[in-house]
Formats: sequence, structure tokens, C-alpha cells
Amino acid sequence: MITKRIIPCLDVKDGRVVKGVNFAGLSDVSSPVALAKYYSDCGADELVFYDITASAEGRALFTDILTEAAGQIFIPLTVGGGIRTVDDFDRVLKCGADKVSVNSGAIADPSLIGAAAKKYGDQCVVLSCDIKRVDGAFHVFAKGGREDTGWEAISWIKRGVSLGAGEVVVNSIDTDGVKGGFDLEMLQAVCDAVDVPVVASGGAGSARDFVTLFETIPAVSAGLAASIFHFGEVEIAQLKQLLREHNILVRG
Amino acid sequence: MIGIIDYGVGNLFSLRRSLEYVGAEAVVSGDEAVLRSVGKLILPGVGAFGDAAAKLRATGLDRLVLEEAAAGKPLLGICLGMQLLFEESEEYGLHKGLGLLPGRVVAMEGRLPAGLPIPHIGWNGLILTNPACPLFRDTKDGDCVYFVHSYYAEGCGDALAATAEYGLDLTATVWRDNVYGCQFHPEKSGPVGLAMLRAFVEV
Repeated sequence: MITKRIIPCLDVKDGRVVKGVNFAGLSDVSSPVALAKYYSDCGADELVFYDITASAEGRALFTDILTEAAGQIFIPLTVGGGIRTVDDFDRVLKCGADKVSVNSGAIADPSLIGAAAKKYGDQCVVLSCDIKRVDGAFHVFAKGGREDTGWEAISWIKRGVSLGAGEVVVNSIDTDGVKGGFDLEMLQAVCDAVDVPVVASGGAGSARDFVTLFETIPAVSAGLAASIFHFGEVEIAQLKQLLREHNILVRG
Repeated sequence: MIGIIDYGVGNLFSLRRSLEYVGAEAVVSGDEAVLRSVGKLILPGVGAFGDAAAKLRATGLDRLVLEEAAAGKPLLGICLGMQLLFEESEEYGLHKGLGLLPGRVVAMEGRLPAGLPIPHIGWNGLILTNPACPLFRDTKDGDCVYFVHSYYAEGCGDALAATAEYGLDLTATVWRDNVYGCQFHPEKSGPVGLAMLRAFVEV
């Protein structure tokens, strides 16, 4: 039986993890490779490296780090941030990424999804979507959630999947950072609309929120979070134990 | 020395690194002389079956794989590389495979029960239908491995070695004599996958 995935996301700027705290036995919490290895050893099912660097130097540092991480961590790695062209796919896949997530780049040029899916396969293309309610409708936001595209989110996601996205990450701006739980209404709407795996993001404040997520919406494939893992508020091993106690299948 | 067959399909970095991690020497090559000189071969692959089969034929490496396998050299197909070992695939039209193992590759779409996402992405538990498969030296029933695929092999007969339950019993591992195949990615399956690669290296 397929298990539910727990995915920590690491924001990387100029080669360092942006958010980070002290874990026992981890001397450099801002080292993406050290933190990624720590998560992998704790039972994370997949890792996302999100490149929030703007400069070319930072981008080169990012690919160095990705290469180093992929050489030591043998679980799936997804890379996002600044992916605008098929060449960007090529650049990170060569460094050992398994999947590439597109967001603003796909909004600017939706044909990027199809071009990348044709070259690397649907399974390689993750459509990441920042969504916020505007006047009662789900709107797609671009540029890290700063810009309202005016697009209706469910239609955009359906279009992205028909273009070739093999997985969808739904990041609710409404619940992100609030730590009051995932956006169940939004996630249900997306799961009802598409047949590809859906990853929930935004809002996790406790291990209990993952239980609620998977119990309420069994169609959701994975839960993604950043700060609660980085700040040590939720430990992956304990989270998985709690999920097991609720008869939710997770990898041991 | 393990030869990872480079025929222009997919990203071979992680596979090479994972083999090095388990203590094997590995070379990524599309050169016939190199691939004939190594002790074992791995046939990787991602993307579409037809493209990959065409590339394998265009490079002449299909013949090399068949000859080396016939000569008894251990061969491991991974993901699409496993699918290529079978007789044919229906992915975007009907395509001929290498025919090293019985079976055909078919779409999940229309065959899986409704409500299961396609692709089958994620960690799924193995059901060892033939625990004697040498790859499973350090693997037990229920161990989870990482899958990413939308097509699967059926009709593998006595070559079937493990399945994973996803609405259907999907072919996860196949084995006959010196030919092995994994639908999942052992190089992305954490300690469980590394143990299988180690077992292949030491077979």
C-alpha cells in the first residue's frame, strides 16, 4: 500500500538555509547538505530545495549544494525557485534533482510545462501553486505570492495537469504561516479536480495537523512544511509515529 | 566494475553516486568496448518507452545488452530500463522491447480503480513473491521503496519477484537467471534501495 509522504522544504539563499535552528548533533543548521542529511536520517520521504537566490553567484552556489546533497542523500529531491526555461530544468536535473517544481515560470509561460514534460517525462514536472481567496474565489498568485494573477486556481491547475504536470503542490497563502492547520477546503477542491498526486503545503502548526489532513482528505498524497521542522516544533520520527497510531500508512 | 548504460536517457548522477556509496566502482558510458569490459550492467531510463527504445537501437546498445545478457553478465534494469526488458509496451502506440523477460508494459489509466492518483508516485511496500531473488538478500516483506511511473508490466510469469499494491498488484521486481529489473528507483529508496544495489553489486 502506498504511504503518505512527509516532505520538509529547505529555502536556500546564497548557499545557506534561510530558516534554521539548533538540532542536537547538527552543528551547522544553515548548511543545506547537513540539514538535508539530518532530515533524511530522521525519516523524511522526500526533500524540497527551494532556491530563493536572485544573483548568478548564488545560483551557482545552489547547484554546488544540490550536487553535494544528491551525492549523499538517496531519497527523492525536488528543486524549485527560479525555474523559467527547459535549460533551468536541465541545470538542476544534472546536479541530481529528481523533480523540478515550476510556479511563476509556468504562469509566465505555460508551455514550459509541456516542453519539460515532453523532454523529461510528466513525473519530473511538479506544478507548484500559491493560492489565496479573493472575493470568495481561489486566485493564483505569482512571484512568491506577491502578485494576484486574477486566474482562477482550479482551472489553472487543471490546465497545468493537462499540459503534463505529474504532481501538484498546493500552497495556501491564507493558511501559510498561521500554523492553524492545512487549508482543507482548498485541498479538497484541488483533489476533486485532478487525478495526479496532490501535495499539501501551508499551515501546518503541529503533528496533529497532518493527522487531520490525511484523515479528512485521504486523496492527498503528501504534506509539506518548512518552519515547524526547522524550528524543531515537530520531529519527523514522532510525527510518523502519531500518524501510525491513527492508522495512516507511513514509511517506517 | 558496474557499467551504467548511457544512451541519452535520464539523469545518471544519483545512480552512479549510490553505487559508489555502497562501495562499487561505477562508470557511466555509451561506449561498447567499455560496457563489454565491465562485470555488470545497469540499464537506467526515464521518460517514454518508445523514445528510449528508439535511442537504445539507434546507439546499437540494444544488441550489446542482448549479447551480454545472453553471455550471463548480470543486468539490472531500473524503472523504464526495467520496462525495456519486456517484449512490448503500449505507451503512446505499440513498441517492441528487448524481449529478455516475458511480459508487456501497459497503462495504469483505465486499469486502476477510480480515485487513485496517476502517476503512482511515492513510497510503497514490497510484497516479495519470490524471496529467493538475490536482490532481496537484505530486504524483507513490507520494506518501502520509491516509485514514479504511469505504466506497469504484466504477464511476467515466473520472472515476477515482487509486487506493490496500488489498486492492483503492480510488478515491482522481476528476476530470471542473470537478468533483474526494478520498477522503483533503488537509488532513491534510502537504506532499503541501497541494500538492494549492494546485493546486486555482490551477486
